[in-house]
Amino acid sequence: MSWRQTLLGLVVALMVTPVWAVQPDEVLDDPVLEERARDLSKGLRCLVCRNESIDESNADLARDLRILVRERLVEGDSDEEVIDFVVERYGEYVLLKPRFDGSTWLLWAAGPIMLLLAAGIGFAYIRGRSEAKPVQEAGLSAEEKARLDKILKE
Amino acid sequence: MVTELGHFALILAFMVAIVQTIVPLIGAQKRWTGWMAVAEPAANIQFLLTAFAFAALTYAFVTSDFSLRLVTLNSHSAKPMLYKITGTWGNHEGSMLLWVLIVTLFGAMAAWFGGNLPPTLKARVLAVQAAIGVAFFAFIIFTSNPFLRLAVPPMDGQDLNPLLQDPGLAFHPPFLYLGYVGLSMAFSFAVAALIEGRVDAAWGRWVRPWTLAAWIFLTIGIGLGSWWAYYELGWGGFWFWDPVENASFMPWLLAAALLHSAIVVEKREALKSWTILLAILAFGFSLVGTFIVRSGLLTSVHAFANDPERGVFILMIMVFFTGGALTLYAMRAKAMEAKGVFGTISRESALLANNILLAVSCFVVFVGTMWPVIAEMFFDRKLTVGPPFFDMAFTPFMVVLGLILPVGAMIPWKRGVLSRAWKPLRMAFVLSLAIAALVWAMQTERSALGPLGAFMGAWIAMGALVDLWSRTGQSRDISRLARLPRADWGKATAHFGLGVTFFAICGLVAWKQDDIRVAQIGEPFDVAGFTITLDDVQDVRGPNYFSTMGFITLEKNGREIAQLRPEKREYPVAQMPTTEAAIDYRFFRDVYVVIGDKQTDGGWVVRTYVKPFANWMWAGCLLMALGGFLSLSDRRFRVAAGARKTPQGVPAE
Repeated sequence: MSWRQTLLGLVVALMVTPVWAVQPDEVLDDPVLEERARDLSKGLRCLVCRNESIDESNADLARDLRILVRERLVEGDSDEEVIDFVVERYGEYVLLKPRFDGSTWLLWAAGPIMLLLAAGIGFAYIRGRSEAKPVQEAGLSAEEKARLDKILKE
Repeated sequence: MVTELGHFALILAFMVAIVQTIVPLIGAQKRWTGWMAVAEPAANIQFLLTAFAFAALTYAFVTSDFSLRLVTLNSHSAKPMLYKITGTWGNHEGSMLLWVLIVTLFGAMAAWFGGNLPPTLKARVLAVQAAIGVAFFAFIIFTSNPFLRLAVPPMDGQDLNPLLQDPGLAFHPPFLYLGYVGLSMAFSFAVAALIEGRVDAAWGRWVRPWTLAAWIFLTIGIGLGSWWAYYELGWGGFWFWDPVENASFMPWLLAAALLHSAIVVEKREALKSWTILLAILAFGFSLVGTFIVRSGLLTSVHAFANDPERGVFILMIMVFFTGGALTLYAMRAKAMEAKGVFGTISRESALLANNILLAVSCFVVFVGTMWPVIAEMFFDRKLTVGPPFFDMAFTPFMVVLGLILPVGAMIPWKRGVLSRAWKPLRMAFVLSLAIAALVWAMQTERSALGPLGAFMGAWIAMGALVDLWSRTGQSRDISRLARLPRADWGKATAHFGLGVTFFAICGLVAWKQDDIRVAQIGEPFDVAGFTITLDDVQDVRGPNYFSTMGFITLEKNGREIAQLRPEKREYPVAQMPTTEAAIDYRFFRDVYVVIGDKQTDGGWVVRTYVKPFANWMWAGCLLMALGGFLSLSDRRFRVAAGARKTPQGVPAE
């Protein structure tokens, strides 16, 4: 979905009267299942919104997804099965936390790799500094020397 | 008429900025005093002209001049006066004008307070600052002109986005822009120093107040934005890792790194080349932020949806300034030789570690924010990088930073002994552990987040106190504290504030409770020890909206503690609904109530959230900003500013 379509989706989503996030009639009777449903919903993206999880979103589509997640849980699916089911239908775009596979490992590893690199350079710098000889103040340039002479002569 | 004058002033300011870019730069190169002296009056004139243009636009909004396209699109005659004024920057064109106004304001301030700068450096700083101005003036005039008229003015306007009609958000952009643009001063100083080929302790001292000011404004701006999201979006979230939030957070992280590394340049003449790079990157990320918000490249909660033409223009500005500065950096970086020598265990090393952690965490935020675009372009994958990623990938850096902070803050310069810095902190460490254990024992859920937050918060905050206490010396003479430099007070205050914020975020996330139900009028229900009764629901009319208002009584142990009035508003002109949560703010917790739709059985959906320590988060941000102000008011900066009274060397021959 390009950003234009997303925007269009948003406009459509705003036109309809909103229903507010999780509705009381969606809540499951079993508190353990409901807790799992809430946790799962927080990791799934509302497809027509901008960066909102279906747990927070007011859009109708998010409501449908919330109900879908709860239905699967009531059917006895495990958390992974529910997620797989949703991903199969809507693509990995719905996952707010990208999976650790394929090219995505680069995303996950970017921070640690950069940290190692930076720490290495930083450590080398500190070593260099602790072994360096104190630098003598740089001498005056010819221009500055001339100016100084002039001042001293006055 | 006023509009045309404003438009004219804007174009004149553009011209002045062009002159101010070229003339002083040549003057500094050729040592022509007259040409260099152009910069100062030009900076003042540029600022006055831009201020006039901005005032003209504000006037058009205040008088609801609907012959202006911008006013028609973003205002309405029935809108309250406050939002007519703030509506000036509640849109793309107006906010760009505010942006460029602040660019010129900082340029003018550099002219006012820069009396002690060497004339060539000053001329170059002002020229680079003006060059930034030129780019943004061109952007405004050629792609986003706020002064365009409509051939047929309508009877009334289309109103401002109701979400923006709120005091928290009204003042959030100016602070944020002061921060973003404040970093342009650090950038101008860095580029000027690169052209000059000279970075020394004095440079560090000149650049630090500007960075500090930018960081303070960013802190306040981000805090305000987060507070707004908390009470306005209807469920009490305070940070979403949204691209636009990240856009403001990345410069904040780099500014924090920069103001620490500038201390090393100032006191020890080391880390120079890194500090220059950081100054370039910090402003570069401000530009990235502007690009993200205004290009529509990334979808976000508060993007000004815009056409790609503008995006390309800003991309060009970004490439020109960041790319140009980095090229210059690559050419000149080796000229900046470090002078200070220091051991592995030293304040310098600790500040370097601080910089590494802040810069890498900023990099993580950047990669996460841009990854959806990268993945689509290179790997043909459409995916989302949301809060769970950032929580996992970003938080560890902050934990490590928090762990080393109190120790690093107490290690002496040059060469320190770890055990000596550690000794006064032992008590604080043990006490923090004890607090964490107590929290662990007290909480019912066995989540590690609460104890971790309690430990980190206590450790950082107590570390800051120990740092102050150690300054009383062997004699424990309290009166010494009064004589400490303000910068030391600023440091302790800001670090203490960071500890409070760490604690509040963990506490809030770990211990919040929520409840969603259909409430019948007059039937009380209990949430987390509070008794809540929906007494009545009424339709109320506001100045430019209709509201459904709930009348709710909040009780604890049978005693009434608050009357809450959550609202659901409908803005007929903008055709947009908003929620207005009702919040009972208390020291240890907020009770946050939202009213939803009416149900078929006559009840109303009521959401209740109990949010512990929410206020502490904003208080922590304020403490950090206050620490920044204290440090900014330190004597050495004032002395530096007052030094212009002494004559500047020998007169030119």
